[in-house]
Order: sequence, then C-alpha cells, then structure tokens
Amino acid sequence: MKKFFALLGARNKEFVRDRGSMAWSLLFPFLIIIGFSFAFSGQNQDIFKVAVHRPAGETTAANAAANSFIQTKFIRFLDTPELKPSIEKLQRHQYDMVISLEQQPKYWINDSSPKGYLLEKMLTAQTTTGQSNFVKEQVTGREIRYVDWLIAGLLGMNVMFGSLFGVGYVIVRYRKAGVLRRLKATPVSAFEFLSAQVASRLVLMMTTCAIVLAGCRFMVDLQIIGSYLDLFVVLLVGSLCMISLALVVAARISSEEFAGGLLNVLTWPMMLFSGVWFSLEGANPVLQKLSRLLPLTHLVDASRSIITEGATLSDVSGHVLLMLGLTAVFMVISSRLFRWE
Amino acid sequence: MNQVHIEARHLRKQYKDVLAVDDVSFSVGRGECFGLLGPNGAGKTTTIEMMEGVTPSTSGEVLFANQPLTRSLQHRIGIQFQSTSLQDFLTVRECLELFAALYENPRNIDELIGLCALEEFLDRDNRKLSGGQRQRLMLALALVNNPEIVFLDEPTTGLDPQARRNLWSLVEKIKAEGKSIILTTHYMEEAYVLCDQIAIMDKGKIIARGAPKTLLKQYFEGQYIEIPEEDLLGESPEGLGFEFHRKNSQVEFHVPEVRAALGVFIQKNINLNRMSVRSASLEDLFLHLTGRGLRE
Repeated sequence: MKKFFALLGARNKEFVRDRGSMAWSLLFPFLIIIGFSFAFSGQNQDIFKVAVHRPAGETTAANAAANSFIQTKFIRFLDTPELKPSIEKLQRHQYDMVISLEQQPKYWINDSSPKGYLLEKMLTAQTTTGQSNFVKEQVTGREIRYVDWLIAGLLGMNVMFGSLFGVGYVIVRYRKAGVLRRLKATPVSAFEFLSAQVASRLVLMMTTCAIVLAGCRFMVDLQIIGSYLDLFVVLLVGSLCMISLALVVAARISSEEFAGGLLNVLTWPMMLFSGVWFSLEGANPVLQKLSRLLPLTHLVDASRSIITEGATLSDVSGHVLLMLGLTAVFMVISSRLFRWE
Repeated sequence: MNQVHIEARHLRKQYKDVLAVDDVSFSVGRGECFGLLGPNGAGKTTTIEMMEGVTPSTSGEVLFANQPLTRSLQHRIGIQFQSTSLQDFLTVRECLELFAALYENPRNIDELIGLCALEEFLDRDNRKLSGGQRQRLMLALALVNNPEIVFLDEPTTGLDPQARRNLWSLVEKIKAEGKSIILTTHYMEEAYVLCDQIAIMDKGKIIARGAPKTLLKQYFEGQYIEIPEEDLLGESPEGLGFEFHRKNSQVEFHVPEVRAALGVFIQKNINLNRMSVRSASLEDLFLHLTGRGLRE
C-alpha cells in the first residue's frame, strides 16, 4: 500500500503541476457551455405545442368544447395516446399544454411557462361560450434547455478525453522516456503501478466533473432533476470504463505518435455518434445500433437520464452494468498485454 | 580473489539478427569494482542488464551469491540506467521520497542527499538538472535501497571533465562503503582509475580480462614517445627501428626503453622540443587487441 500511495501521490503532483493540461481539462467544458448558452439563447421555436389526449371514452361534448380551440392557427396539436409521458414533457417545457378530452375535459399547464399562460387564456376564451368547462390542472417544472441536455454529453466527453489521453497517452510517454524502465527495476509490480495511475485519474476525473457541474450551476443555472449521488456513481463507473480502455491502448505501444493516432480513432466516433451533441433518436437505425457499442453512449445516456429526467440508478442500471462489464473485459485484456518496455 | 558476489556464466543474447552478447562469463568479488569496457555496441549494456534481471538472457545464467537471480533480489541491487527518466514535475527530493517508498528498508534520505551532494538543487524539477546533477540523482536513486551491488551503466558519458571527476569521487565513496560495483564505460581512463578488475568487450565477446595494471603489464612493455612528424626533420619513422603509428600529425613510437630510444633520436638529429613520453594506457591495449580505436 505504501508503494501504491507513493506512486499515486507522484502522479497527482505531476498532474496538478502541469498547469497546461489541468487548465485545459477544466476550461474546455466551460468554454463549450459558454459558447452554447450564447448560441442558443432566445432561439426557441416560436410555436405553441399542445398535446391532445383522446381516451377511449371520448365524448362528443368534450370534443365539441375543444373543437374551436383545436382549430386555432399557429398552434401545433399533437395527438398523444398516453397521458403520463406528455405531462412529463410539459414539466420540462417540451409541450406548452396538455388537454385530455375525457368526460370531464381537463387541461394542464406548467405554472412557470408564459406560453402555457397564453394558451390558457385562449382556451378559456373559446370554451366559456360552450357547454362544458375544462378543469385546470397545474404542473411545475423548469424548462429543459439545450444546455441542460448538453451537459451530460460534455461531462461524458470530458471523462472520455481525460481518461484516454490522461492515462493512455501518459503511460506511453512514460514507456518511451524510460520512466517505466526505471520503475521496473524496483520492487513495484505492474498491478501496483497501474492501479495507482487509475486511482489518480479517477480522483482527478471526479474532481473535474464536480467543478464543471458546480460551474455550470453557477453560470447557466444548470438543473439536475435526479440525485447527485446517482450521477456521481454513473460518472465514476464511466471513468473507470474509459480508463481501463486507455490501459488496453497503453499496454504495449511505445510510440507517442501511434498512441495519439489510435486514441483519436477511438475518441472521434464516440464524439460524433454517442449522442454528445445531438440526439440519435431520428438517426439511421444501423447507426443507432452501432452507437450502442460505444461506451460513451452508455455514459451519456445514463447521466442524461439522471440530469434531465430524474432517472434513478436502477432506471439506468442497464447502462451501468454494461460499462462495468466492459471495464472488466478491458482490465483483463490490458493486464495480459502490459509490458514495462 | 575474495568471495564471489555475482557471477555471469556463458551469457548469450540473441536479438532478431544480431548476437549482442556471445558467451560472456565473469565473476565479481564482494566489495570489488568491476568495469566492462568497450566501444558503443560492444554488448556492455546488454550484459549488465541480463545480470540485473532487467533483460532476459537467451542462454546462460547469473548467480547472485551462488543463487540463481530472482525478482526478490531486486531489493539487494541498485541500478543506474544509461537512459531512463523520471516523472515530470517532481523535484529531486520528491523523486528520492518516491523511490524510497518503493522499497521495504530504504536508506535515510538525508544521508543519501549528503553522500551524493544533492543539497543545492533539492527543490529543483528533475528535468532542469545539468548532466552531472542528473547523474548524481540517478546514482542516489540506485542507492536508495542500500543495495549490496550497484550497477552503473556509463555513468559519466556526456559529462564535462569536472562533473566526471565529481562522479568518480562519489563512486570511490560508494566503494568505501563496501558495496560491489559493476560499471560500464567507454572511457579507459575511468576504468583505470575506478576499477579493480576489468573486462574488455568487443562485438559481444570479452577479449581481455584482469586488473588494469596487470593487463597493461601483460600486453605492454616500455613507453610511448610522441613527436610531431615535422620535427623528425625529414627522417622517415620506418628508419628508426621502433614500432610506431601515426596519429594526426604526430608519430607515436612504442619503445622498450626510453633512454636507449632517446639516444637513437639524438643520433638522428631529431628535434625533441615538442616530444612527450607516456605509459601505455587501456586505450592502447584496445587498439592493440582489435586494431581499432575505441571511439572510431
């Protein structure tokens, strides 16, 4: 354990004193957040979205009451078979109003949405002349902005780059410079050395994530619906998975150029196809399947569900278990392949 | 010879298409300083790395106190590599502390600092050290576990003469502590000054072995007299009856006896104002054995 902590301390000192890389790994996510919060401010589509739920027992009375409202121009009415998911979307400001044409027609608006307020005025103006009145239900919930959606992707991307380059590239550099050769001549085992590298990077990754999250709360008023602890666990498992992938890359290579190329080949597809920047929901199904193979997809999906939908750890357990499985596979491969020189 | 401390038996190392070390055997006594000499590429580094257990041998064996070398013996040896480096951004003291933590019974760090004279740059980033300072740190790291045997791979290559002499006196101090030392070098003078026993290697083989003075005595008698060629004043060196060879604009005569040789020179009316006389060196021995200079 003494050896482990000595190596851990040495690696931490190196990272903290390497101002350039530290500044980069902390500033990069902020720069993107700042960029996007400017780019997307005030750019919401100016169209009202109303979800219309027509249950089986739809009545003509309710239909008639809503009829004139449903013909209002510049409002997009979307039929929805399920009420619950629509109301959740309303809470996140993805819909502006939900109406249900039951025996007793109801409408829901979000109390913090100005659009909901306007729609309510229109609905009541048109239905007070009619026979049956809509019953008002209110939900609360803040708008999920693109920035809120994006933050999970940025955290994931930061974890990916920080782990792959911070561990993979560094070990290759150590090997090339002869640092590993020097350590090989001491009683340090490969396991002690590698676990110190992993631990050091895990601590630093989690600290970085915490700083980025705190910074985003402060700067763009980020909201996290789910629990911080769950998010922490997901990010921890994701970091572990990425670091173990880095160990595979760094197991034998001693050329920094080759390692850099290989790391780029690994990171770029994940950057583009793991849903960091845009949702893959409408994308080509083959691409969607392929993206399931990328560890970053699972990290981003899991943390995004926690941040924007309030998912719990058991809701995202599939992603977490898959990442743990990949971690185990990568660890076995890297321990088999590892060479000091 | 006193008790054998470490012994190489028929060591061979075959790389893809090069036989780097070809049947090398020698033993080092306890407390002895053993030097492996030879030009670059002679197989010195490969040989000592097989003895350190860092590079596996193709065949042959290494005995440490009559026992086969195992990884647990790592605690009892210290190694200064020719080209390794340390983690970036660590100061000299932190490097020492790091390596001390990797061993069970490390030596007192302050004592090491004193021994290797590291005081003046203790808090400097290890990448900002001069060549000599760096080698002293690397030597301190090799001593951090208080080893019985210290391997020094070309400890003074690339150092200026002043730094080289500093390192020599440090090696003398380590010797005085009773440790066995195995060092490689391509400086014959270094081997002559530091080593009790030497082996001269060329092309993977040991071509001569023994105490430096004994070796010289064995191969050489007499002295070298060096005279600028123009001072021969037209006399051809062949006509003087001594073994000789040309070095740049100098002619170097190998003479059995200086007084007799001077008699010949005087008789031939040769200008002796710029003459110099010296004893045979290991450099001459290498030239004699291989027909090549050491750094050719």
